[in-house]
Amino acid sequence: MIRQFGPSEALFIVTAVRWTVALTLIAFAGGGIVGLGVALARTAPAAWVRVAATGYIQLFQGTPLLMQLFLVFFGAAMFGGSVDPLVAAAVALTLNGAAFLGEIWRGCIEAIPKGQWEAATALALRFPARMRTVVLPQAARIAVAPTVGYLVQLLKATSLASIIGFVELTRAGQIMNNATFRPFLVFGLVAVIYFILCWPLSWFSRRLEARFGSVPP
Amino acid sequence: MHYTFQFGDVWAAWPDLLWGTWLTIQLSASAMALGLVVAIAGALGKTMGPRPLRWAIDAYIEAIRNTPFLVQIFLIFFGLPSIGLRLDSNQAALVAMVVNVGAYGIEIVRAGIDNIQRGQIEAGIALGLRPLQIFRHIILFPALQTIYPALTSQFILLMLGSSVVSTISAQELTGAANDLQSRTFRSFEIYIVVTAIYLALSMAFSGTFAAIHRAVFVREERG
Repeated sequence: MIRQFGPSEALFIVTAVRWTVALTLIAFAGGGIVGLGVALARTAPAAWVRVAATGYIQLFQGTPLLMQLFLVFFGAAMFGGSVDPLVAAAVALTLNGAAFLGEIWRGCIEAIPKGQWEAATALALRFPARMRTVVLPQAARIAVAPTVGYLVQLLKATSLASIIGFVELTRAGQIMNNATFRPFLVFGLVAVIYFILCWPLSWFSRRLEARFGSVPP
Repeated sequence: MHYTFQFGDVWAAWPDLLWGTWLTIQLSASAMALGLVVAIAGALGKTMGPRPLRWAIDAYIEAIRNTPFLVQIFLIFFGLPSIGLRLDSNQAALVAMVVNVGAYGIEIVRAGIDNIQRGQIEAGIALGLRPLQIFRHIILFPALQTIYPALTSQFILLMLGSSVVSTISAQELTGAANDLQSRTFRSFEIYIVVTAIYLALSMAFSGTFAAIHRAVFVREERG
């Protein structure tokens, strides 16, 4: 018996958006915190810290997010029984997001003119104070636009959580497609919802780039 | 908690994984080549085409860049048959990858073309070059040279993203891994090995791109 695609089916898909948004926000917060650490490590004075951070970035940018997701999901299941798909997806997206955000923010940190670093050093500020009071406040300005741009990537990446069975927007679409067998309608609707979420962010990111994109003189 | 790693089943299946690796290379390389064609054609249309064409290209770029690749695959594989276009999973995977990378590629190539100064083109006209020569030597080649790093990192993202086409059971590395997983249940061991293969693949692709860069662009500069 094939179900008709009606308002309640559409509502099921639309309400699943909250899990896409929740996962995006969790991963963005997690990836932001870890990513800041990665960015600082990439620009740290100690060589071994920089090497470790570079290795982390290359590992996570050089392998598919889907594999990272599987490794967290099956790896956690192996060591501690079953794991909630939401937790596995949040952990994988956090680790992955940290690599990308870390690399984006490293660029922003390094874009701050050398004179600023030298002035801070001349004022006898050590690395933490130099970063916190001189470099990061200026780097944050340049970082806003690419960070919002990355948020779009992250939001789209949460769709992969559907593959390990987390019911967010894409998975809700798959469920409804299996029930109603109206793939064009169902995935068209899913795509439109993603577009409504992502497009304003993309637009905002471009606006921000026009405003804050350049390094202040 | 004690867990004994058993890689035996994974090593035993090395021909399957090797074959999967080869299919991923084939699929990705084809998508890159076709994607480059779409990118160049689209960038040309966007810089020189009539206004309706420019709008259409913009709509395509925005639609692709603001929706997940996974949903694009589902629309192409499950959705297109309902309007009469039936593709098998490998064809659908390739089409989805080309459509996806094309949208990013257009913006990248266009940025390169925008970077060409008008004076260069005028110099070409003054030298009596034909339009096609101007396009090839003064616009396209320098543009590609400028955006080469951005384009190739987009290509590597494409290769990594190709693991997602396993969801429509297209034949490639992740698909081979999933088959093996359902036969042996050695999930973690399989995916750690396959992750390592992907890492090697992305290194191999960046090495190849660097070699192409040396062969094509550096020689042109000297020549």
